[in-house]
Amino acid sequence: MAIAEAEVNWVSAPKLGLLEQLYLPIVIDGLTTTTKHLFGKKRTETYPEREPTMVPNYRGVHRLNRDSEGRTKCVACYMCATACPAHCIDIVAAPAPAGWTDREKYPETFVIDELRCIYCGMCEEACPVDAIELTTLGDLTGLSREQMIFDKEKLLSVFDQTTKAGTDPIRTKSGALGPASDQPGT
Amino acid sequence: MDFAQLLNGFDWFTTMCIIGGVLAVVMPTVGYLTLTERWISAWVQDRLGPNRVGPFGLLQPLADGGKFFLKEAPIPKSADKVFFVLAPAVSMATALMALAVVPWGGTTPPPGPVPTVLVVDGTERAIPGAAADFDRLHDEHAQKFQSAILPGLDIGLLYVFAIGSLAVYAVILGGWASNSKYGLLGSLRASAQIISYEIPLGMSVVGLLLFTGSLNLEAMIDWQKQHGWFVAFQPLAFLLFMVSVYAECNRLPFDLPECEQELVCGYLTEYGSLNFGMFMIGEFTHMITTSLLMSSCFFGGWSLFGLEDKVADPIWGYVVKTGILLAKVVFFLFLYQLVRWTIPRFRFDQLMSLAWKVMIPLSLLHLLATMIVRQYDLNPWILTGISLSLFVGAGLFSVATNAGGNNTPRKRKYSTDLLATAIR
Repeated sequence: MAIAEAEVNWVSAPKLGLLEQLYLPIVIDGLTTTTKHLFGKKRTETYPEREPTMVPNYRGVHRLNRDSEGRTKCVACYMCATACPAHCIDIVAAPAPAGWTDREKYPETFVIDELRCIYCGMCEEACPVDAIELTTLGDLTGLSREQMIFDKEKLLSVFDQTTKAGTDPIRTKSGALGPASDQPGT
Repeated sequence: MDFAQLLNGFDWFTTMCIIGGVLAVVMPTVGYLTLTERWISAWVQDRLGPNRVGPFGLLQPLADGGKFFLKEAPIPKSADKVFFVLAPAVSMATALMALAVVPWGGTTPPPGPVPTVLVVDGTERAIPGAAADFDRLHDEHAQKFQSAILPGLDIGLLYVFAIGSLAVYAVILGGWASNSKYGLLGSLRASAQIISYEIPLGMSVVGLLLFTGSLNLEAMIDWQKQHGWFVAFQPLAFLLFMVSVYAECNRLPFDLPECEQELVCGYLTEYGSLNFGMFMIGEFTHMITTSLLMSSCFFGGWSLFGLEDKVADPIWGYVVKTGILLAKVVFFLFLYQLVRWTIPRFRFDQLMSLAWKVMIPLSLLHLLATMIVRQYDLNPWILTGISLSLFVGAGLFSVATNAGGNNTPRKRKYSTDLLATAIR
């Protein structure tokens, strides 16, 4: 629908005052601003020399969490593999070893293809025992495709590395298994 | 007088040494100007700038130069090959030629005219020995070392302007020979811009010539040393000169011939490798020359409130004078690069209206004021007042007539106003 002429509010550019017309004061004003920036703080991150501080909720390389006894927390329930939209998680479950009283199953192998992963974090959300988490490690490189397929040991080593460096993801619930894995009655 | 006679007494060796010395200083300076240009661009934008090649990135110009040398120099199929290759050479050659007369350190002005006739009781009498005096003074002057390749050139300033305007032919030639629409548009803009800005450029220094009575740059510096810097007497002339020089050098806010957003790279679009590099060298050399000119014409050249006379030793005296002048030059070069990131590019019609509606009338009025001051031998400080009041007067005139950068105010429809009416 066309706008009725009566509804149109015509405006014109604001009139310039003497200082604007002289132009020079504004130029000097601008020069002060640029000079300020000239000596101001620089925002550049010199990346290879200095590691950037990632935001704590960054979704980088996965890790498999360990429980308080150093075992993998994972109970091989296949929730993450089911939730994964990229189908990059491959788990082979096995009955838990005799001494493990708190669970029936554990993952015999746990493999994530980091090249197929889209780092959406759905595995992390699906996990009932908070066993899989996405860390803040963003600079993931490898020389071959095989190197980028992370097995259980590798994923556990990521846990050791990030915990040691104090770069736990902000979502982490450290300590025991999550509520779903809690012992009945505790 | 034939050519051989003209060259009689011309010291080839010294001149060649000076040319070599000047080139040895100017070329690396140009290289490092590209580095400072990139540094300042980065720093103003809160970045770090080039810092990878060598300590603090100080070897970056070498890397750039090496890259220029090693790259292929493509010539478009449809380009006029001769002129396409000639244009960068013209650009660089003119820029270097203009450097020849500009003093970069201590100079002494050539002796003025010696009176040969004395008028006593209405009759003219020849002064005996006047011609010998004249020769002696000139011989003495020739003995002194001058910090310029061509010292004592009486058309000094005119020569700089003449050669400086030739530089635009390189731009026009390059854009036209590359047979590209963008190149041609850039060249057209350059030519239109240059004929507009040559006028206030030339006009603003005529006021200085009325005082010094000489186009010789050494004489102009000498006048300022005795009477005070021209920027104090003619601030408006300096402003006009500086703005025109920015346009002449194709620097922002007047870099329309090569504006990236509209014309890809203007006349430089089809150029690559060292052809491009030579255009750049030409441009940066032009910046150095004009900075030297601004320092020499308006800021007293090598003089600094008598500080330069404190050094008695002649050699150290030259060093100090060179240092003072180069400090001024560095300041102007810095300003060039800082202004680049301060003022956005003008629209082409704004550029033209600034030249024709503001700068040319102002320079004419200023020239008129200078003439009046000279004619009646008034105190030159009066000119300072006139100069400043002309500047403010021009602003008041624009306010009264509502003129200015945007020309006529246009009616515009704003959607927010529609919303406002709807609420009302």
